[in-house]
Amino acid sequence: MKSFVLSTASAIAVCAAGVASADGHAEAEVLHYWTSGGEARSVAVLQEEFAANGGTWTDMPVAGGGGDAAGTALRARVLSGNAPTAAQIKGPAIQEWFQEGVLADISSVAEANDWANLLPASIAAHMQCDGTWCAAPVNVHRVDWIWANTEILAANGIEMPTTWDEFNAAAEALQAAGIIPLAHGGQAWQDATVFETVVLGLGGAEFYQKALVDLDPEALTSDTMVAVFDQMRTMRGYVDDNFSGRDWNLATAMVMNGEAAFQIMGDWAKGEFLAAGKVPGVDFTCASTPGDGYLYNVDSFAMFSVEGEGKAAGQELLAKLIMGPNFQEVFNMNKGSIPARTDVDLSGFDECAKISAADMASTNESGTLMPSYAHGMALFGAQSGAITDVVTAHFNSDMSSADAVQMLADAVANSM
Amino acid sequence: MTRWLQDNMPKIVLAPSFIAVMVFVYGFIAWTAWVSLTRSRLMPRYELDSFIQYERLAASPRFETAMVNLAIFGTLFIVIAMVLGLLLAILLDQKIRTEGAIRTIYLYPMALSMIVTGTAWKWILNPELGIEATVQGWGFAGFEFGWLVDPDKAIYTVVLAAIWQSSGFVMALFLAGLRSVDEEIIKAAQVDGIPTWRVYSAIIIPSMAPIFLSAFIVLAHLAIKSFDLVIALTGGGPGYATDLPATYMYAMAFSRGDIGQAASSAMVMMLVVFAIVVPYLYSELRTKDD
Repeated sequence: MKSFVLSTASAIAVCAAGVASADGHAEAEVLHYWTSGGEARSVAVLQEEFAANGGTWTDMPVAGGGGDAAGTALRARVLSGNAPTAAQIKGPAIQEWFQEGVLADISSVAEANDWANLLPASIAAHMQCDGTWCAAPVNVHRVDWIWANTEILAANGIEMPTTWDEFNAAAEALQAAGIIPLAHGGQAWQDATVFETVVLGLGGAEFYQKALVDLDPEALTSDTMVAVFDQMRTMRGYVDDNFSGRDWNLATAMVMNGEAAFQIMGDWAKGEFLAAGKVPGVDFTCASTPGDGYLYNVDSFAMFSVEGEGKAAGQELLAKLIMGPNFQEVFNMNKGSIPARTDVDLSGFDECAKISAADMASTNESGTLMPSYAHGMALFGAQSGAITDVVTAHFNSDMSSADAVQMLADAVANSM
Repeated sequence: MTRWLQDNMPKIVLAPSFIAVMVFVYGFIAWTAWVSLTRSRLMPRYELDSFIQYERLAASPRFETAMVNLAIFGTLFIVIAMVLGLLLAILLDQKIRTEGAIRTIYLYPMALSMIVTGTAWKWILNPELGIEATVQGWGFAGFEFGWLVDPDKAIYTVVLAAIWQSSGFVMALFLAGLRSVDEEIIKAAQVDGIPTWRVYSAIIIPSMAPIFLSAFIVLAHLAIKSFDLVIALTGGGPGYATDLPATYMYAMAFSRGDIGQAASSAMVMMLVVFAIVVPYLYSELRTKDD
């Protein structure tokens, strides 16, 4: 059945591609920020497929600042009335751009290919603007991962923690054994990454939704939030003294080399382990952070309103290819994430990716599939930035948890 | 016609750069001022909304940290760089043999960009790689020097790196000033048997007042627009402990899609610059009128 769906889908893709290239030439100028080794290889897959379907791809990669530079370039292009055909934008930023009235409608492609049933509901919601489809998802990164050095855990008789109390107990034991319990880099976004996994773990998905998505002031100042900051303070004791400013991949290397036991980081950390020749389950263990739920970080491409038939055809072709099963499989195997569409065959993926996909399906059903605030999926930049400021200020000082929740509520109100 | 050209040539030649300055400096200042009074987010909007952005700025603990850091950094950087520069200049002024070589060595950090300075000092001050690790490696196990990773002290590492970069330049300024003092007066003082330190404190330094002012203006604007050094050295961290107004503005404009906040913080920075430069210009222009 699955292979039937696959072959039908690709048949449709091929037919549509034929149509697109028949009425001239599908062309697309694509602005993205996938410029590092693995990412560049991944986007080249899309480029090749686009060319193989008769399209002309104009690449516009903008490196730097985790997409900040690309965002600046995009704003300049749109302001000057010369928008690219497609740009890599994600999360609420898609809605922000839609409100500026510059996005194109790709509903025809989405409906013809049944995206609504292929995507988890909450991820599909990000791709829809006011009822129409305006973006195509590429991948799903899971953020709430905890990575561990298998050997250290075995040597110290520690199981993967399933509650934060277990985590704390494990960390105390490791500290007593002279091992850094938590490898962490003191950069604001990394502090925020740990914070949101603690919010999800201690408060549950419903609380996460209220606090970090709806920004309910009551939730932000609740006792649960105080407990979250208490846990952050406890975890501050589990990182080494020299964590400030460390890049995340160096923290991953600490786990690899046996200097540290755990790291809390999204599944891009897996790429570091695999690149170093480590085997999941043998050299390192992956598990979701304590608690239920799933925090996703989805990259996507939004299409801009542009003049010209060739460009419109290019957008349709691009949207179709991005959601195509072949690209979703090949791209995500390269990048370490999992496909956004739920019907892709995962046999070629590693163990961690299979866990991720299974959990995405189950949390989608139980309604605990949540957008990552730390990675720009839940909130606009001003609000998520305000929260991150408080989180990182608390983590890097001796601020009390009570002060922190008050500051959090004030900062969120001030950012509106 | 030729006559007219002759009379107006200077104006014609200057016109393009005058127009460029009007548009790209004053025009954009006006634009930023306008945007700072709107609720602009991702894209600039133009409906005025009173002083909401300045109120938000005043309520932001992060901007407060940035302004306090600017005060600490600016004061220490300017004072220490000037004292150190003056001291080096006086020592170099003692007609020593290898003055040329030493002057070049002290001036050399100025040839590096702030990014290079910041990165180098980041490694020097990193407890695991730099001074702390080295001294501990010599056997002083109790030695600690973790300013870079201490939120309360990290701003002083920025001061340290900035002084290292700029004091050579201040030295060169002062050295030129010292050399410009009339040799005759100094000789007369020496004939009268006045000790050297008195010659410096009562004659040479007071006559260098304009040099002090120039050095102050140069250092003050370096301090206020300081951005690259912080980005390279601490990235604004730990937390946002070493944020400066310039890094705050960058974060708002380019990472957070909050152009209104960015514009208002830029205006505040400009007002700080004005507060320093306007009295200077005023005194300069007045002395000329006299």
